[in-house]
Amino acid sequence: MGSRALGVTLRQAAPIPLDVSFTCDPGQVLAIFGPSGSGKTTILRSIAGLYTPSEALVQAGDETWVDTAARSSVPVHRRAVGVVFQDYALFPHLTALSNVMTALGHLPRGERRARAEALLTLVHLSRHRDRRPAALSGGERQRVAVARALARDPAVLLLDEPFAAVDRSVRRHLQDEIDQIRRSLDIPLILVTHDFDDVVRLATHLLLLDGGRMVALGPLGALTSRPDLPWLRETAGLGSLFEATVVRIHASRGLAELAFQGGTLFAPCRALVEGLRVRVRIPAREIILAKEPPRGLSLHNVLSGAVSAMYGDRDADHVVVQIVVGEVRLLAEVTRDAVTQLGIVTGLPLHALIKSLSLEVLTSQA
Amino acid sequence: MDFAALRVSSLLALATVVVLLPLGVWAGHALAVRTFRFKPVVEALVAVPLILPPTVLGFYLLVIFSPRSPLGAAFEAVAGQTLAFSFAGLLVASMIVNIPFVVQPIQRAFESVPREVREAAACCGLTPLQRFLRIEIPLAWPGILTAAMLAFAHTLGEFGVVLMVGGNIPGETRTLSIAIYDRLQAFDDQAVGVMAATLLVIAVATLSVTTWLGRAAGRRG
Repeated sequence: MGSRALGVTLRQAAPIPLDVSFTCDPGQVLAIFGPSGSGKTTILRSIAGLYTPSEALVQAGDETWVDTAARSSVPVHRRAVGVVFQDYALFPHLTALSNVMTALGHLPRGERRARAEALLTLVHLSRHRDRRPAALSGGERQRVAVARALARDPAVLLLDEPFAAVDRSVRRHLQDEIDQIRRSLDIPLILVTHDFDDVVRLATHLLLLDGGRMVALGPLGALTSRPDLPWLRETAGLGSLFEATVVRIHASRGLAELAFQGGTLFAPCRALVEGLRVRVRIPAREIILAKEPPRGLSLHNVLSGAVSAMYGDRDADHVVVQIVVGEVRLLAEVTRDAVTQLGIVTGLPLHALIKSLSLEVLTSQA
Repeated sequence: MDFAALRVSSLLALATVVVLLPLGVWAGHALAVRTFRFKPVVEALVAVPLILPPTVLGFYLLVIFSPRSPLGAAFEAVAGQTLAFSFAGLLVASMIVNIPFVVQPIQRAFESVPREVREAAACCGLTPLQRFLRIEIPLAWPGILTAAMLAFAHTLGEFGVVLMVGGNIPGETRTLSIAIYDRLQAFDDQAVGVMAATLLVIAVATLSVTTWLGRAAGRRG
């Protein structure tokens, strides 16, 4: 654990069951993903100091914020924590600018206004600085909340379902903005969400939570390529996720060529430009497995690899097959019958067939 | 028109508000945001003056004010007069009668400040006192003003307890509502009419301002 990392251990049996232990380094985005009522928000509240479970150890860098074993706890207002609340919790009687200035108490009085204005500019809201929250749209309120959370110059940034209260169209835009902002921050960032779209777009690490219990924890790429997480399959759908670079745009064919650590892929070129770093997600249900390379198909993507792991419940009609392609592990969801027909076993060389339209290419403007 | 009575009434109403309001803000805030064991009992006690007959309340106050009780004796030793049938006694009685009118609106006002907003203030680095002064009071002020208005208007109109505890001493404990009763007994219909109209106007004005403030607060939230 680095010197500015966040370390969290929380345990209790009731009233809200909790059993988690994780660390988050500066620059990482740890997404806590789970269904409603799984205890996600309680974890955030415990880090901020708004709630103390019966057993808690929270350390931010060299500071111990709470240690129930030593009966020590730092009050909320002395923890350098930035929180974006689910409903933003802006101060309704203050303008956007004053909302941000409220969190600047650590600066000399004369510097607060300029700093608040700079933060509102950062979230593209300087023109509405004199408006009260009631006169702002949902997305604008979210931006004020983000600016206010950053104003504290926090050691940890906590986002509680930050996109739940905005429209889909605004959401994509705000996700990009948060992604940009977090790249300029060198602090641990914890994102609580029940929408896997947020995870796919923003997270570097993932904690799966169910009933207060940690189901799995790890880097996003590693967790999304694990075949043995039926829980994730049911909640978000399986699909491996990896980084890629746009190496060429074939404008006449409407395709973009993406290089990743297992070869190249073709995707519809849409808004892609050469040199862009993207995230690619391949839903496990969209992959077809073949023993021979196919001919005469309208198919652009054929990746060759070998079966590295298989997972299937005895009573389920599907099997999750993990295939190593270069450095990347893909997940394919196939029927039990297909496994028998092809004679799929661990180590078998296979070809993964993927329609270019099935690729989910996630761009970030950063 | 008994101007001495109008003066006593106004002074009593003003003093009641000035002394009771800070206590009411403290109590209303505590009842709104804190959880403690005997909270339901405390809330019931706060509401008791609403339903207790003024005569019952007046009787108990007279017992406490009597020189034979510790409080009455202490006051007499310091002030050289009894609490009963004095302006000071009247003020104490008026404060007790007004507790629910002050505490309840203030409690509701603080309760209407969302918990997340209070928590966000803490996460912004504000100390409990800064949160109270900069976030909670500004958001609860329409309720606090309502409480002040209600206590003021209600004190002007209080009759039963005043008669029991204060009697009818001109310039000291004779309030406007007592004066009305007094004049009515003497068949001085014209004076009664003027004084009754005065109280009516004050009551209507107070309630209008209170309602208007409530609306303004609603629009802003």
